[in-house]
Amino acid sequence: MNVVFFKVTLLLYFLGTILFLTQLAGRSEGVVRVSFASAGIGFFFHTLALVSRMIEAGHIPLTTMHEALSFFSWALVLVFLVVELRYRTHILGSFILPLAFISLISAAALPTEIKALEPILRNVWMHVTLSLLGTVAFAVAFVAGLMYLIQEHLLKSKHLNVLYHKLPPLDFLDELNGRAILLGFPLLTLGIITGALFAEFARGSFLNWNAEQIGALGTWLFYLVVLLGRVTVGWRAKKAAYLTVVGFAGVIFTLVGVIVKGPHPLA
Amino acid sequence: MNLIAVGLNYRTAPIELRERLAVPEGRLPEALARLKNWPRVTEGVILSTCNRVELYAVVKETELGSASLGEFMTTMASEVAAEQILPRLYYLEGQEAIRHLFRVAASLDSMIVGEPQILGQVKDAFEAALAHKSTGVVLNKVMKKAISVGKRVRSETGIAEHAVSVSYAAVELARKIFQNLSEQAVLLVGVGEMGKLAARHLIDAGVRQMMITNRNLDRAIDLAKRFNALPIPFHEFHHEMAGADIVVCATGADAYVIGPEDVQRALRSRGNRPMFLIDIGDPRNIDPAVGALDNAYLYNIDDLQGQVVMNLEQRRHEALRAEDIVGEEVPPLVRWMKTLDVVPTIMALRRKAEEIQRAEVERTLARLGPVSPRQRQLVESLAAAITNKLLHAPLVAIKAEADSPNGTLYAEIAQRLFNLEKELEAELPAEAGEELESPQQPLFRQEEESP
Repeated sequence: MNVVFFKVTLLLYFLGTILFLTQLAGRSEGVVRVSFASAGIGFFFHTLALVSRMIEAGHIPLTTMHEALSFFSWALVLVFLVVELRYRTHILGSFILPLAFISLISAAALPTEIKALEPILRNVWMHVTLSLLGTVAFAVAFVAGLMYLIQEHLLKSKHLNVLYHKLPPLDFLDELNGRAILLGFPLLTLGIITGALFAEFARGSFLNWNAEQIGALGTWLFYLVVLLGRVTVGWRAKKAAYLTVVGFAGVIFTLVGVIVKGPHPLA
Repeated sequence: MNLIAVGLNYRTAPIELRERLAVPEGRLPEALARLKNWPRVTEGVILSTCNRVELYAVVKETELGSASLGEFMTTMASEVAAEQILPRLYYLEGQEAIRHLFRVAASLDSMIVGEPQILGQVKDAFEAALAHKSTGVVLNKVMKKAISVGKRVRSETGIAEHAVSVSYAAVELARKIFQNLSEQAVLLVGVGEMGKLAARHLIDAGVRQMMITNRNLDRAIDLAKRFNALPIPFHEFHHEMAGADIVVCATGADAYVIGPEDVQRALRSRGNRPMFLIDIGDPRNIDPAVGALDNAYLYNIDDLQGQVVMNLEQRRHEALRAEDIVGEEVPPLVRWMKTLDVVPTIMALRRKAEEIQRAEVERTLARLGPVSPRQRQLVESLAAAITNKLLHAPLVAIKAEADSPNGTLYAEIAQRLFNLEKELEAELPAEAGEELESPQQPLFRQEEESP
């Protein structure tokens, strides 16, 4: 059953992505409603897919890369829906939904079968959840940063077009960026700690310097610097936007590396 | 019965005349009462704004009614001679009056197309008229429709979007840098007219604090009192700049008052939070190099004016769509008004039939002598069934033809054929119109046939 729900979700996110991208082009009250609806209904089916997969597997489905990406996509859409309902910044969907769709279609491309849970992996979901939620927060920071850079460019070049009217004010984007990192950093920290503890428990060593661990530590260090820079020396606004956009490229790079390399070192 | 509009606006009359004719809110009840009792007027609404004074009225005969309303206009300003007013009036009737009212409500007839106040003013005019019972079936429906057309235009077109004045364009830009203007502080450099105007708009937008500086400190203090702002000595303002999120510069200075190093310093001490600088001085007050600094957004008067021109262009484009909406909404109302013309005939015909029916039933019953209630009911039903069935086709035809090129011709024929003059004199138009509001309702009572 979870496969059916998953496919429906994929279809709805695809539709939502297309609709949200067309919104960038012009005024479209009707399109806004339909695209929001497809994201909302898609999210509903996505939740069904995750829950039914959990029931079918008999454990929290966060042990394969397919499951991780699907969860990542789900959490992204959740964040979008919350921000949308709170702030009515429709255009956020034009950035987040494509990201969620890419993540979900990547999940679809990976092996989807449910794996029997090895006893050793019983508690790995905690590490995975925390790391993924941290990554979701960084993804939001990335989107906010990207929107900031676009809006800042439009304002500077005095090119006040349709996109300018649709993008939120600069300080809203900067605030969203800052908050997302402030939230994402502790999540990633906890994700890394639980991961290390788990590695110690499963393999007898906290750290064995594989590419994934180096990538994670590098990411952690990078966001630590970004966060400290904001608090201490005023790395906000344009600089923060740049850093988070570049930083997230690093995150994606790590993630793709892990996927290409094969299964998670623990899975 | 016809709807007419008589009035003058900013195109036909100078402001002095408009001001004299304008009806202040306090005098509106009296004016409405007078209009209601004015010869030939059965319903009336007064729309009085600083750009127009217009009367909308329902009259029996268009030409006499228009003349009568024109006369009413001349009485609205006792100190102005009628010869000064009459040539400036425009007279509209029927469809054109409706279209005009719709365009007014949609802000298509405004001095600044798309300005938002007019719809509220139309609403107020209607509410005042309702409160003083100067409207009836026709104007109630027409005014309500006009208001809904105005709303529809606002929501479906971009006619009211985006600033069309320099000051407001500055506020709009500020809103794209700062989401919440109520948390921002403004520094006004110079007390020139343009600067004051921009500052006034920012205050209306709800900024947290306003600081004012000027070479002549006394004038800064004067203005600060009026704006509830903080005056700052000119030689200190560069230091205070760090506390300002928005800087409006409007001095008459010949050299730059603010340079890149000033802004750089301010940005550093405010932790790189963005600054919006508006240069409305002529010649320029702020070194254009400021615009190249990160997190500083510099707009000068030409940028803002360019924006206004673009927005006006867009409004013109949206106005075409608004005209289409108005064009769509007029015909249904015109059709409704046409059917209204034949309502008295329909009512009269129905009344005549009912009278005959009642009289004949009474006569027959009297001849029959004692009858049971059941028998009495049967006789009454028989009579009702005959009149209703006989009248059905002609009544439907009269109503259908009202909307055709024949107009009221069929109604007039019916009046001759059935000799309805006496009944027409006793007509009650208001009541009749109410009935037509719901098209489903039959035009005559369809009594149940007895089993």
